[in-house]
Amino acid sequence: MDDAQQPEPPVDPLAGLAGASPRTVGGAWQPPGTFASGGRGPKLFSAEGRRGTVISTVSTIIVLGALVAIFLLAPGAHAVEHAFLSPSHMWAAFIGNPQQGYYSVGAAILLNIKMFLVAEVFILAFALAIALVRQSTHPALFPIRVISTGYVDFFRGVPLILVIFAIGLGVPALNLPVVSNQSNAVYGVTALVLSYSAYVSEVYRAGLNSVHQSQVAAARSLGLPQRTALRYVILPQAVRNIIPPLLNDFISLQKDTALVGILGTIEANKAADIYSEQVFNFSSFTVAAILFLILTIPLARFTDRLIERDRRRRLAGAAQ
Amino acid sequence: MSASPPGADPGAAPGGEAVRIEGLHKSFGENEVLKGIDLAVASHEVVCLIGASGSGKSTLLRCINLLEPVNAGTVWLWGSRITGPGIDQNKVRRYIGIVFQSFNLFPHMTVLRNVTLAPAKVLGMPQGEATEEARALLSRFGLLDKADEYPDRLSGGQQQRVAIVRALAMKPQIMLLDEVTSALDPELVSEVLDVIRELAAGGMTMLIATHEMGFARDIARRVCFLEEGRIIEDAPPAELFSNPRDERTQRFLRRIVDAGRM
Repeated sequence: MDDAQQPEPPVDPLAGLAGASPRTVGGAWQPPGTFASGGRGPKLFSAEGRRGTVISTVSTIIVLGALVAIFLLAPGAHAVEHAFLSPSHMWAAFIGNPQQGYYSVGAAILLNIKMFLVAEVFILAFALAIALVRQSTHPALFPIRVISTGYVDFFRGVPLILVIFAIGLGVPALNLPVVSNQSNAVYGVTALVLSYSAYVSEVYRAGLNSVHQSQVAAARSLGLPQRTALRYVILPQAVRNIIPPLLNDFISLQKDTALVGILGTIEANKAADIYSEQVFNFSSFTVAAILFLILTIPLARFTDRLIERDRRRRLAGAAQ
Repeated sequence: MSASPPGADPGAAPGGEAVRIEGLHKSFGENEVLKGIDLAVASHEVVCLIGASGSGKSTLLRCINLLEPVNAGTVWLWGSRITGPGIDQNKVRRYIGIVFQSFNLFPHMTVLRNVTLAPAKVLGMPQGEATEEARALLSRFGLLDKADEYPDRLSGGQQQRVAIVRALAMKPQIMLLDEVTSALDPELVSEVLDVIRELAAGGMTMLIATHEMGFARDIARRVCFLEEGRIIEDAPPAELFSNPRDERTQRFLRRIVDAGRM
């Protein structure tokens, strides 16, 4: 930190430089590492080697320390700590106690996971169907194309919470056989599928458009019928291109399962809500938040890794 | 019936006229790219199309392959009309192999799968048989050791040779080559041209759009010079290159010579 003004001879004159000589950047000498990218894509901050590690550690401690200090020094710090972070309340909410009138948040999260998994399967299939219809050019499909477009416009525009209310309250009121006698979780999942399919179909469409027209020409020129070309040539490439945005939508879906609680379904957020009403302590919500984080963070890191791998593959392809 | 495939029995090598094109017009919106093309290619004949970029060479090939619908005019393949209503495009395309300037291999498949996909899915060939034939073709063109590689691991020349093998795997009766060496580094051009020479020696009917004048002179029975969507001159290479009759051909060839390309 203190030697920035004191030029030291760089060990490797090209280390940390993106295609420029250290002596020519801006006409003046720059300390090595200033423009470092480390070959890992555009990063806002990056320095190389041991010094970089020291700097990042110190700055992390300062930033986190400042945030903790603000929290601890706030006039209401103690009250907040008791209301949201009480370990005994957190444990009680996590394991639940039906005799006391509240449910286990830890058990309720399993319903969120179940709803997420079921919804995901339906979304993947349904959204693909919508995307394919919207991409079709056959005149006979014109009416379905219009309906699909209207569907996507509608469900992307209406807040998810309203869709959940509409399905969860409206469908049972219809008094139809079978359809009107499902659990609230089923209605919640239906609403999630309807809403998310609209978004995911657009992701699919972007993926289909990302496959170059020359690939279609190559497939068709070999005599492959349109359907076969789609199945073996276009779709596999399209899906590969959209895996990161798809996973991103699914991270979002994982936590939006909490909205189904408004129908009275005992999922993690609803269980936490019930606890807070029974016991007048909000630590149960902290438990729910931690559980959701445990679900979403691995998927987020996995997505990051896929994006990075994809970027490297593209760079390797471009280098040839 | 007009919808019946050209050379209905592909096993019997069809003789006579392979391709006949009459009065072919093709426009992209306002832009008329082909302005009345008349051309005939005999079986086992190699015809080269030369001309500046944008003269219509590629569009002509794409029209024959039915990748572009024509606005007017007719194309026959061994006496069967292939343009107009009631034509099964997929059936027609089985008899026509096309190779593109930019290879267009399927990047998510190995070389072997690139080659076997169409025989398996279009001709219904059992996977084992398709694989066997593909390996035989790959080995014939020195690519057998690349069978399990993905296209992005190959050089441009290797990719283009795989693209040729992929087209040949469908046992086409005619090959259309669309500037197949234009995207290659100079040192990789000859390996691809050698493959085409071998095909010509084997009697393959070919229509070749190319910028390689020396190659056209060697391999073609006839060379057609295109300018602005018309065939300006159609003559044997010796005549067209040494003694071009039309002033526009002379001008084009002069520019090529000046650029050191011939």
